[in-house]
Amino acid sequence: MAEEKKPLKVTIDNITIEVEQGTTILNAARRIGGDVAPPAMCYYSKLKNSGGKCRTCLVEVEAGSTVDPRPMPKLVASCRTNVMDGMIVKNITSEKVIDARNGVVEFLLINHPLDCPICDQAGECDLQNLSYDHGKEGTRYEFNRRTFEKYDLGPFIQLHMTRCIMCFRCVYTADQLTEKRVHGILDRGDHVEIATYIQKSLDHDFIGNVIDVCPVGALTDKTFRFKNRVWFLNPVDAHRDCPKCKGKATLWYRGDEVFRVTARKDQWGEVEDWICNECRFETKKTSDWIIEGPTKIDRHSVIAQGHYVGVQKPQEVLYDVLGGRKPKLLMNIHNVSEVNEPGRDLSKIEGPAHSTDFENE
Amino acid sequence: MQALTSKARPVERKPLSVWEKLYIPAIAKGMSITFGHIFRKKPTINYPEVQRPFSPVFRGLHVLNRDEEGRERCTACGLCAVACPAEAITMEAAERLSGEEHLYREEKYAAKYEINMLRCIFCGLCEEACPKDAIYLSETFAPSNYTRKGFIYGKEELLIPDPKTQPVEFAKARGEKTEKN
Repeated sequence: MAEEKKPLKVTIDNITIEVEQGTTILNAARRIGGDVAPPAMCYYSKLKNSGGKCRTCLVEVEAGSTVDPRPMPKLVASCRTNVMDGMIVKNITSEKVIDARNGVVEFLLINHPLDCPICDQAGECDLQNLSYDHGKEGTRYEFNRRTFEKYDLGPFIQLHMTRCIMCFRCVYTADQLTEKRVHGILDRGDHVEIATYIQKSLDHDFIGNVIDVCPVGALTDKTFRFKNRVWFLNPVDAHRDCPKCKGKATLWYRGDEVFRVTARKDQWGEVEDWICNECRFETKKTSDWIIEGPTKIDRHSVIAQGHYVGVQKPQEVLYDVLGGRKPKLLMNIHNVSEVNEPGRDLSKIEGPAHSTDFENE
Repeated sequence: MQALTSKARPVERKPLSVWEKLYIPAIAKGMSITFGHIFRKKPTINYPEVQRPFSPVFRGLHVLNRDEEGRERCTACGLCAVACPAEAITMEAAERLSGEEHLYREEKYAAKYEINMLRCIFCGLCEEACPKDAIYLSETFAPSNYTRKGFIYGKEELLIPDPKTQPVEFAKARGEKTEKN
């Protein structure tokens, strides 16, 4: 069976690459990288059987293989289609694909609320990025959007079913990381929803990873809820000795406070190593972690804003100018400002802050 | 020496004529210009009794807007702060409790909202970035102050008066003329 191991030649957007047998078009395109890789909302390379739900990764196959060079009649989901030798694929060079993707985004946004100003996922949301690239400004949908009550899945995770786009990633995560899944898909068609049927809490050591795999803001970290916008935080790579997981995580700092802990994500927005709930929710002190250095953020991401690289703090010349005398009118902003007060640590509040947390000043 | 520009003209140094030596006509001519200004329309106004109208695109002091029911529109999305080139805006968000629906429009609101008027350059980018029509640059100046402390504007200073309970103050803050004036 030596010939089965023969690498296959595939051409995607006029770039030819050799891949192993059994590779999907999406993974072959990711090997090339850059804009050639189709976007994926439901496919997750770390989750078995994921993909084939969202249809954003549709590509045009111009020639099936060298043996049978007929084009495929319809656009195919690249995450579910394996490459053949001599296959010619068009992704961003095909107008049909771009047009279809625009349509898919319109479908995904039919029931998705545009509450990005409130949503904690904004700034790192796959759907937000996708609709910025492919979405239309207006909507053609005239009916009421489907809405659900938000509810808590345990003490750490909040479910906003209204925002869900049914990618099934969280279900696969629960299936493949935990022994017994307690949430899943209920109903079908327009009534489909992610739920626990009877409001159960998700309490497995690794269930917090559903937050990271969620491409939208449907599953969010309750301990981080409304605390800050992600683009005002500074992500820092850190690790700790964890008996349950590898302990490699990203800490999101604001000043000296750790606002949240997430798993590290690779360039496709996928988790590198799953982290346990203890690392994610219960160790939010710098002393718990060994800091490795700032996380590399793509400069096109909004999270990269305000990260000034190579800044040198200018030397303080005031004392020299004043002959060693201290300035009389130096204003400490914390004496005046009520935002980010030294005595009030938002990261230590369990859930979101409320008006009661700001009262006793 | 080579001239710096082509517009340079040499100064004429001719001796004065008899008419010019008299000086009186020149003085009379100068005085006529001076007194002529008395009868012209004054270009100045008596501020603050008289105030000039602002241009409709004038960018002045910020206001945090409320909706028709008097609820705060701001949802602390942070887009004004990220758009601000001077990094003058800071905020802290909180979740709306049940019973506070008449105060805040969305489930999340700005518990603290501050603009450092010393940093602000009144560019109006916050106004453009706002997805909720919550922040506007009004047609007023930022008043002067003796200390720098007075330029850190919190929600008390920025928030527009409630249109339901304080309609007169609300109209004034919006720059509308009330019927009494």
